[in-house]
Amino acid sequence: MISSLLELLPQLPPFLPLLIGSLAAIFLRGHLRSVIMLLAPVWGALQLAAIDPGVYWTFQLLGLELEPVRVDKLSLMFGYLFHLAAFIAVVYALHLKDTMQHVAGLSYAASAVGAVFAGDLITLFIFWELLALTSVFLIWARRTDRAYGAGMRYIVMKVLSGVLLLTGAVIFITQTGSVRFEEIGLEHDGILKLGSWLIFIAFGIKCAFPFFHNWLTDAYPESTPTGAIFLASFTTKVAVYSLARGFPGTELLVWIGVTMACFPIFYAVIENDLRRVLAYSMINQVGFMVVGVGIGTSLALNGAVAHAFNDVIFKGLLMMSMGAVLHMTGRINGSELGGLYKSMPKTTILCIVGAASISAFPLFSGFVSKSMIMSAAVAEGYDYVWLALLFAAAGVFHHAGIKIPYFAFFAHDSGIRTTEPPKNMLAAMTIAATLCIIIGTFPAQTVYALLPWEVDYQPYDITHVLTQLQLLFFSALAFAWLNLRNMYPPELPSTNLDTDWFYRKLTPGFVVPIYYSVMQMMNKLERLANIGIRRLIRMSYDDDKNQPKGYFAKLWPIETMVLWVAFLLAGILILYYV
Amino acid sequence: MSDEHNKPGFFEKPENISMILKVFYVICVLLVVADFIVHRHIYHDWENIPAFYAIYGFVGCVILVLIAKVMRKILMREETYYDK
Repeated sequence: MISSLLELLPQLPPFLPLLIGSLAAIFLRGHLRSVIMLLAPVWGALQLAAIDPGVYWTFQLLGLELEPVRVDKLSLMFGYLFHLAAFIAVVYALHLKDTMQHVAGLSYAASAVGAVFAGDLITLFIFWELLALTSVFLIWARRTDRAYGAGMRYIVMKVLSGVLLLTGAVIFITQTGSVRFEEIGLEHDGILKLGSWLIFIAFGIKCAFPFFHNWLTDAYPESTPTGAIFLASFTTKVAVYSLARGFPGTELLVWIGVTMACFPIFYAVIENDLRRVLAYSMINQVGFMVVGVGIGTSLALNGAVAHAFNDVIFKGLLMMSMGAVLHMTGRINGSELGGLYKSMPKTTILCIVGAASISAFPLFSGFVSKSMIMSAAVAEGYDYVWLALLFAAAGVFHHAGIKIPYFAFFAHDSGIRTTEPPKNMLAAMTIAATLCIIIGTFPAQTVYALLPWEVDYQPYDITHVLTQLQLLFFSALAFAWLNLRNMYPPELPSTNLDTDWFYRKLTPGFVVPIYYSVMQMMNKLERLANIGIRRLIRMSYDDDKNQPKGYFAKLWPIETMVLWVAFLLAGILILYYV
Repeated sequence: MSDEHNKPGFFEKPENISMILKVFYVICVLLVVADFIVHRHIYHDWENIPAFYAIYGFVGCVILVLIAKVMRKILMREETYYDK
């Protein structure tokens, strides 16, 4: 029946169903809007199921052969993922009446789908910019001063990334004559090297590489509870896809990835805003994926994309549970929360499922993908990388697996009494939690079936399960021990300095004084000039006689002028005859 | 309803907490014991150390927290630091 339905509908570019859904949300209200918004991702996903690998809708533009839609296993995997994520996020946002968020959310999802199916660099660039322009409204929709500022900083970084991508793409297209978005790599000579690096950095900014990561930790926690779910799903995953497509096996990525996996966990331990903890843990998870892309074997690449797939779901679930807490209590700081398990038991359990998944407990989704990356690191002889990833994996459990549920739902009773979030929020979380368990338990039938590269990998053997359980339980033991001895850092209302300090404090710190002193100097100069001109005027005008002082500015009687004209004419006459 | 919410929950009774912790400690011990019984597949030399993963997980997390506490001394500012 479904296939006959699909035959009735025209085959559209993959991003269009979501875009149509978002346009419909502008005009429709009430249940009709809800239905259309829910159908849009379903329609899009069914379309993907019917489409064959290949290149579609090619056309010429300014002599360039554009391939707006390229379907292969890699793009399909991300395509399915984004439709799934959009569906879950839409369910989570159904209770909202805010048209701006609905429209922005779905068009953002559409841009992400467009980007992963883009077969050429120009199309990629267009969707790259659309991702930024649509998503920023999910931050501004919070309608606070902080959200406005964070949104501005977010969009500046995103536009910077877009400009770099465009510049790099233009260099590439003019040098190679091809617009196709294929493997780029960093091994080039001359101007091509510059182009490849520009594209690499453009991807890196969106991927939250170290020093470029603060747009994420700055903006995501300031977005709306529902907006954060969309945000956590798309941008960084599009970046991971782009790296996997353009720079697989680039060794530099291993080192960047391992840094990303390690440093945010320190911040996550001391961060008070629980959604910001999740933002840091997102960089940490993306770090695992970047390592996988950098290693570049089929096992590692499969691990990277599988982990991206799982991360969208379990990070979405954790974000949703914290969004539910924020929505119901108006608070999100660990220092103000605690004891919510009594009034939000279902949310608590769903959050714990997300926590178990991100910590890679056996039978939960993180386990089946993270272990692929770890195995690939050992297999390729990256010993210290493997050791660092192991540390990062233990750290994830520490901050995302234990800290999030513990400080929100347990710890001391904060005295907050609330209820479970709206039904649609619970439903969205339940879908995500179910998926986490199904994927974790039956990986071969679910996420592994979508993997782009051929590889035979079995996550469930006694060694993997035992070692992972040891790692996790003893990390938990460390938490329990530190907590019992009062050595665990308490949740404190605070701001922790990060790279954004450079552009939020240092640069304004000296640019603003310079600006004001320049402005002051300009004012002084203007005043001096004014005084000078006024003095000049005063000197040349006699106020008493009401006439200018200068000789030539005097008023002359008319006969004097006639006399001079006569002299002049006489002079000309004489000159004429001489 | 409000009475029910205000009475101490399951996780606030000290006897429940200590029971949970005991179960947890037993699992930890069993996992280490299992390390000596089960034949683990060794992919890397370091894994030959008995209970390598348990030690690494515990020590790693303690160091993580201790470093984070030091970081707080350097990096922590008041909540409204950027709002001024």
